[in-house]
Amino acid sequence: MTIGPPDPLIASHAVFRSPHTIPLILIALVISAITAATALLIDWFPEQAAEQAVRVDQLMWFLVISSGAVFVLVTTFLVYSVWKFRAAPGDESEGPPIHGNHRLEVAWTIIPVVLLTVMVVWAILVTNRNEALAGDRQPIDVKAWQFAWEFTYPELGVSSGDLVVPVGRQVELRMRSTDVIHNFAVPELRVKRDVVPGITTKLIFDPTRPGIYPVICSELCGVGHSVMRARLVVKSKADYAAWAADARAAAK
Amino acid sequence: MATHSPTHGHPVHGHHESTKPLFAWWKRAIVTTAAAGLIGMALVFIGRLAFGFDDLWEPQVYYAAMASAMGLGFIVGIGCFDYWGRYLVGKQVDPEDHSLHGASNWRAYFRVNTDHKVIGIQYMVVVFFFFVMGGIMAEMVRAELAQPGQQFVDGETYNGLFSVHATLMIFLFVIPAFAGLANFALPIMLGAKDMAFPRLNALSLWMLIPGGVMMLISPIFGAFSAGWTAYAPLAVQGGTGTTLFEIGVQFAGASSIATALNFLVTIITMRAPGMTVWRMPLLAWANATTSGLVVFGTPFIAGSQFMTLFDRIVGTNFFNAGNGGDVVMYQHVFWFYSHPAVYIMMLPGFGIISEVLATFSRKPIFGYRAIAFSTVAIAVLGFGVWAHHMFVSGMADWLRLPMMLTTVIIAVPTGVKVFSWLGTIWQGKLHLKTPMLWALGFIFTFVIGGLSGVFLGTLPIDIQLTDTYFIVAHIHYVFFGGSVFTIFAGTYYWFPKMTGRMYSEKLGQWHFWLTFVGFNATFFPMHWLGIQGMPRRVADYDERFANLNLIISFASGLMTIGTLIFLYNMVVSWRSGPRAPWNPWRGRSMEWLVSSPPSLFNFDATPQVVGGPYQYGVPGARHAVIFAPDQIGGGELTEVGKRTILVLANETIAASSLLSHLRNRSAEGFWRFTLVVPTDGGNHRAAERRLQVALAVLANDGIDASGVVEDGSPLAAVERVLAEEPAQEIVLATFPTGDSGWMDQDLVDRVRKTANIAVTRVVVRREEAREAVVSSAVRRIAVIANDTLGDAALIETLRDRYDASALSAVILCPLSIDGPGWTDDAERVRVEAMGRARTTIEALQESGIQARGEVVDGDPVAAAAVARTAYSADTILLASYQRDRADQVLAAVTQAAGTIPVEHVIVDSEAAAPPAS
Repeated sequence: MTIGPPDPLIASHAVFRSPHTIPLILIALVISAITAATALLIDWFPEQAAEQAVRVDQLMWFLVISSGAVFVLVTTFLVYSVWKFRAAPGDESEGPPIHGNHRLEVAWTIIPVVLLTVMVVWAILVTNRNEALAGDRQPIDVKAWQFAWEFTYPELGVSSGDLVVPVGRQVELRMRSTDVIHNFAVPELRVKRDVVPGITTKLIFDPTRPGIYPVICSELCGVGHSVMRARLVVKSKADYAAWAADARAAAK
Repeated sequence: MATHSPTHGHPVHGHHESTKPLFAWWKRAIVTTAAAGLIGMALVFIGRLAFGFDDLWEPQVYYAAMASAMGLGFIVGIGCFDYWGRYLVGKQVDPEDHSLHGASNWRAYFRVNTDHKVIGIQYMVVVFFFFVMGGIMAEMVRAELAQPGQQFVDGETYNGLFSVHATLMIFLFVIPAFAGLANFALPIMLGAKDMAFPRLNALSLWMLIPGGVMMLISPIFGAFSAGWTAYAPLAVQGGTGTTLFEIGVQFAGASSIATALNFLVTIITMRAPGMTVWRMPLLAWANATTSGLVVFGTPFIAGSQFMTLFDRIVGTNFFNAGNGGDVVMYQHVFWFYSHPAVYIMMLPGFGIISEVLATFSRKPIFGYRAIAFSTVAIAVLGFGVWAHHMFVSGMADWLRLPMMLTTVIIAVPTGVKVFSWLGTIWQGKLHLKTPMLWALGFIFTFVIGGLSGVFLGTLPIDIQLTDTYFIVAHIHYVFFGGSVFTIFAGTYYWFPKMTGRMYSEKLGQWHFWLTFVGFNATFFPMHWLGIQGMPRRVADYDERFANLNLIISFASGLMTIGTLIFLYNMVVSWRSGPRAPWNPWRGRSMEWLVSSPPSLFNFDATPQVVGGPYQYGVPGARHAVIFAPDQIGGGELTEVGKRTILVLANETIAASSLLSHLRNRSAEGFWRFTLVVPTDGGNHRAAERRLQVALAVLANDGIDASGVVEDGSPLAAVERVLAEEPAQEIVLATFPTGDSGWMDQDLVDRVRKTANIAVTRVVVRREEAREAVVSSAVRRIAVIANDTLGDAALIETLRDRYDASALSAVILCPLSIDGPGWTDDAERVRVEAMGRARTTIEALQESGIQARGEVVDGDPVAAAAVARTAYSADTILLASYQRDRADQVLAAVTQAAGTIPVEHVIVDSEAAAPPAS
């Protein structure tokens, strides 16, 4: 397909002689700096309140870095081309008839394949570990309806409007809906799952950090969707034991 | 109904109707719409009464029937079915009637029109109307979200606003906007006069309108508020607005499917000669692929909405978990369409971007085949990723990994496209006109949207980010920064061609920069909101997101200002912009080689495609040869005067099918023909005779043709003739493959390679080539002979006697056997006679004279009658031996022949065997 001279950027010895190399590098540095600043100076991630969050965030950083590189690459060539190859007013001439370049086309097919393969393998590992069931875990039944949550603790025989769990013990939510689809989401846990009428969906997480986090219904469920909230209260083991005792007493 | 009065014996109902005032159609449409609504309600009422329902009044059932019937009533009333209606009731229809074609004034745009250019503009006006409506709703959403808590609208209205916003933008803007742009540009780019099915094309447009109106008015009737995804069972709880959405989707979907079929057939069958698939502009690739997606995918969303509707009004339990329904199934069916729909909304934009970037970079598209193949790859893969929308939906867990895999694989062909576009602008001569700005801006925003798509394709990340504002950011980066930017690029790009006017470049640039800055300022921060956990589709949100949301709401106002500038620019420029030249962007594809706006049927003569569409910078290269009656603006790319078609044929040169092909080509008006008959080692004189017939027929029809017999091979003949005079195309006639020595040698491909111009093959059956062509220019000689048949002397005589004129022959062998003994010998005599006749016919055919014949039961007088009536012979030749003393017979034949001259040939042959009897 190639008509005309090969692209000077391809032959490696030509890269350093190309008049485009140095300005391209300079622009890439500027854009990299802006991209890196955007990624680093802004506090992007919510708190990590579960083991799941740590793993997800590691994978997220890999994605941020690799997609940041792609973004810098594309934007650099875009900005440089607009600046450098802009036709002067009245210039009616045409560009070189370059129809393609096989080596380049193969390269920009293979390199993304490699990056994506790494990503997929990593993602599978994270998924498997995030969803691995611990031997000792606390089952909690979740009931969702328009527009509220109820959490029932079979081990304690009590129910509550907030989800209260201790750190260090895996929680297994068994979720049911009585009307439409809802979604249990806690950004600080990085986990989320629909609550679907007719089936029981499960969600597990390993809380690591005491605190109060929002439980957000994340699936449009009707007019009260935006107020269908509850709280996830992660307590230290001692606090949790105290709360459990109180709750049991109150239930009696 | 319209009345019609044929005049001049020609059915002119269409011409009559076109003078009917505009409001007549709309009056009829309003009447039929209202009547259909009443009929719909009445049918439901009668049905419920007849089946003894306790509850006669069930509003949603009535509304569903009414909405469906009114939609149909509208498209019937506006006139989409007039043609078929006439045909059905037996009124006269005229397929050649173009009265509903083209637009001579603005009124033509407000009624059914079958011209793809008018329909394209109708589409664009309709879709931008809905764009504005959807945009108003978006701004209302942003107004509500400017601060946490409830300010302007209640929760139900808010849910309705974003639902209808998305619905309008997807079904009434992005998808049909691409249909509109391609409707206008694509047939011209392919060198076609129109779409394959112009009436279906009109129907597609007019089906869209009731669909859009239903979605638009749904907030008035109790909003449709389950989101554009309309997940069951929430949608099942919906009210009248939801009913309107579910019916509206059917109309929009049907419109979409009909358009897609139309594009497919147009692209496959209506490309100009020489337009191979690898010479198609990439927009054609994109639309062909998209159309495939639409045809396969759209029935699924139609089905999903019917199922929800039936759950609501018929009492089915598809999605009722309490009664054995499956809630997750809705999402599978829905996304099986709606993920491919993402590519339906993106691939045509890729096509537009490829056109714009190449034109304004003055460079060939980089990696044409890679872009074309990646388009197809995306479409194929696009059907295998739907469940990535459902990673948290409670579907089977194992399904998530294969869906993640297919999803990230799509990033590869998408990346190939982006890199190829960068390769296209690299070292180009960039002209930063408005369409180019949108295309470059598109690359920037689409890369962000594509990369955030990779995040969402990655399972653990998707679990975190789905249903948050990250999704809102992502879809707007791909649909707005992607699709809408390409729609703006295409609108500005083809505006001069559509309207014949130039838009204001200054306002176009303002529109771009306001939108570009406003867009990024609006949607980029939403990534952060999403990662932080702000859910989508909420009217109220956490205090800590307040400042950012306020900034976003203000930023979105920039896009509103940009849109107002755009609308002003379009309207004012359309009315009074400076006249557009034919080719303001110096583009290469065919729409730029015709006038702005194009003539009624786009081309004065069928164009010839001679190269790729992006041959910028290639000296002397051209995409197509366009013929125009005189030089009125096409520049150096438009041809003036007649061009030559070289016709290559030997035994088939005088076949009626070839001659009628040439007649049709000549009717386009700008061709002359050079007939080349290579003898290929055969009989030179026979070739001359055939050529003589062909030239006589063509000359008689007033067709400019000349011919030459070349001794030697066809390839050598083509080279010799082309060396003397260049031709634009070769028509090559052969016998059917398998029966053709030329096809055995792969002659079509070899001629194409040798000549390097388009080659069209015409297939001629062997029998047809030998049968006499019907033309007053060819003498038809009826030879009445019996014993003399098969005699070499007769054949020699025939050849010599008529060598000066083009002729065909019919051999009539009268078998006047009677008297005793007839029964035993009859069959033998007949067989012998047929053998003699066949020998003669074959000998004549060998000599290049078209001949056929028959055995006539009867005497020579009967044969003369057959010659006159069945064969319209213009000369009768009676052949006999000297000894036959045929004077009496001659007299009788002469009498029977009437005005036809009869000649008598005495065959003088010593070799002739005495007859058996």
